[in-house]
Amino acid sequence: MIAQALTRRRERRVLPGFGLSLGVSLTFVSLVLLLPLTSLVGQLSQLSWSQYWFLITDPRLLASYTVTLLAAAVAALFNAVFGLLMAWVLVRYEFPGKRLVDALMDLPFALPTAVAGITLATLYSSNGWIGRLLEPLGISVSYTWIGIALAMAFTSIPFVVRTVQPVLEDLPAEVDEAAMTLGASDGLAFRRVILPYLWPALVTGTGLAFVRSLGEFGAVIFIAGGKPYETEITSLMIFVKLQEYDYAGASAVASIVLATSLALLLAINLWQGRFIKRLHGGRG
Amino acid sequence: MSIRLSQIDKTYGNKGRGSKGRGSKGHGHKDDGRTRALEPIDLDIHDGELIGLLGPSGSGKTTLLRIVAGLEQADGGTIHFGEREVTHVHVRDRRIGFVFQHYALFRHMSVFDNVAFGLTAMPRSQRPSSGEIRTRVMQLLEMVRLQDFAERFPAQLSGGQQQRVSLARALALKPDVLLLDEPFGALDAKVRQELRRWLRHLHEELHFTSLFVTHDQEEALELSDRVVVMSNGRVEQIATPDTLYRQPANRFVFEFLGDVNRLEGDIEDEVLTCGNARVAVPGVEDGRRELLLRPHEIRLDDQPGPRAHLPVSVTAVVPVGAEVRIELEADWLGEPWLATISHADFERLAITRGKRLYAQPSRLHRFDTPRPQTLAPLSIS
Repeated sequence: MIAQALTRRRERRVLPGFGLSLGVSLTFVSLVLLLPLTSLVGQLSQLSWSQYWFLITDPRLLASYTVTLLAAAVAALFNAVFGLLMAWVLVRYEFPGKRLVDALMDLPFALPTAVAGITLATLYSSNGWIGRLLEPLGISVSYTWIGIALAMAFTSIPFVVRTVQPVLEDLPAEVDEAAMTLGASDGLAFRRVILPYLWPALVTGTGLAFVRSLGEFGAVIFIAGGKPYETEITSLMIFVKLQEYDYAGASAVASIVLATSLALLLAINLWQGRFIKRLHGGRG
Repeated sequence: MSIRLSQIDKTYGNKGRGSKGRGSKGHGHKDDGRTRALEPIDLDIHDGELIGLLGPSGSGKTTLLRIVAGLEQADGGTIHFGEREVTHVHVRDRRIGFVFQHYALFRHMSVFDNVAFGLTAMPRSQRPSSGEIRTRVMQLLEMVRLQDFAERFPAQLSGGQQQRVSLARALALKPDVLLLDEPFGALDAKVRQELRRWLRHLHEELHFTSLFVTHDQEEALELSDRVVVMSNGRVEQIATPDTLYRQPANRFVFEFLGDVNRLEGDIEDEVLTCGNARVAVPGVEDGRRELLLRPHEIRLDDQPGPRAHLPVSVTAVVPVGAEVRIELEADWLGEPWLATISHADFERLAITRGKRLYAQPSRLHRFDTPRPQTLAPLSIS
């Protein structure tokens, strides 16, 4: 009986190492992700609900939400278009230096964001290389929301490229050939056949880019200038509050950013799951 | 609509094949490192004919099909559909239907939308009304017996059903020419058989001109009005299935169309000797020769015949089907022979594994002469 029970228990899992690997993963998740979050909640617990509400609805902070959301949205849309284009070029065509361009795509991940911010600020300031050209046209990038969006787009473009690229690589050439044999023009084939294939990856990539942009700090502060009510982003507000030793206030703002990001990530995941389920005909 | 190809050829450069490089593998190499996919090919297909392109992988059959479709460009030569020259016409304007081996259905669209795609992709001025599209698509789905599946997605269908959807999609625009690239290659044997019969019926009913690629001899012989046998980018023979089987133009065709047994030996005074085996070969000159024979051209007996002394022993017996398949071995044989005999003979000789018998060829084929020769009849019954 006992021997039987033991063997049955052993049979339950075929892949070895479940207990150990899950244990290590959970420990790691707790140490790196959950513990800091707990301290955030701990800081928040010093506040009453009315204090919390008062802190997060500060007009200056409300203005920063708008700036952050708008700039991140513009950056994400920009990346959706150009990230798709980049992925398309990298997958569909052969050209000299392709591997180099491919490697460059990851540069925003590798480069310290502060370096990116300083570089962008220098380039686009009114006497920088590009800023000097834009100045006569009445466009100023540095110290405006355009600059913020630019910095956000810079740091988050790999999300789109790297999520779309593998899906595009998997797209069988037969599919657009089939569209062509059915008389579809290139544009129509792209819109009705290729784009729907890429859609889940594109939305995921864009969503990730958006979430990343919401929390971007290093690259943005140098180019944003931080004019209250105009070019202050939410993550800068956290920094400002920390410098004033207002830990509770900083935690309150941080909780807003965190909640928004988490909700967005969850939404992307759920949507993607539903979409993929539909493709597989409701069979998971 | 008839199809006329003249002097179509194709050579792949080392790099010019694109990252996707599909459709063609292998092929013979030319001296300069470029790969010759097709030797210049002439081919006339009559209106309403069903033609099979048969060959081993790398023979260039898929490349030829894709050139006819316009998915690839030939280096030279011309293609006519009827009187219309289409050599440089873009694939989308050629009015062809193409069926891909792996169906290539649009997986995010319902079966209905897949079939309707060609109709809805037409420019607005020519596009039928949505009501007309609906009628036409339902008609097509009925034809492929999938009218109840219109709202399903491709992933919810079996392979055979998906291939039928893909056929309906290809036929939706009433193409001049239907091209099929290994249409049944990805399906299991039973579904394949069923779809073959069904395609044959469909062809008889609608009478489209059709060209299909296959590496399955049986499929080619069963479906086609005429078969084009290809190897290494060359056409070996174009003939009806019957002629192809009975009068193969060369050794390649003979070997490709069925199981073949080889007999190699020294010939002296019209007798071939190989170890302790001997067989009369009237009319064959002296020297070392190789002769071929089909499994059904072997008779088995428990005594040597007057004109053949070929001792063999049975190594395997498969008594399934209309005939019994028997594998034979002998020390004078390089590789085992396969013989098919009737169940009556099988019972009469009481064949079991290890039994010693004598083989008597009823025919022998030779391909070392300019024209293939058949030596028959050889056995005395």
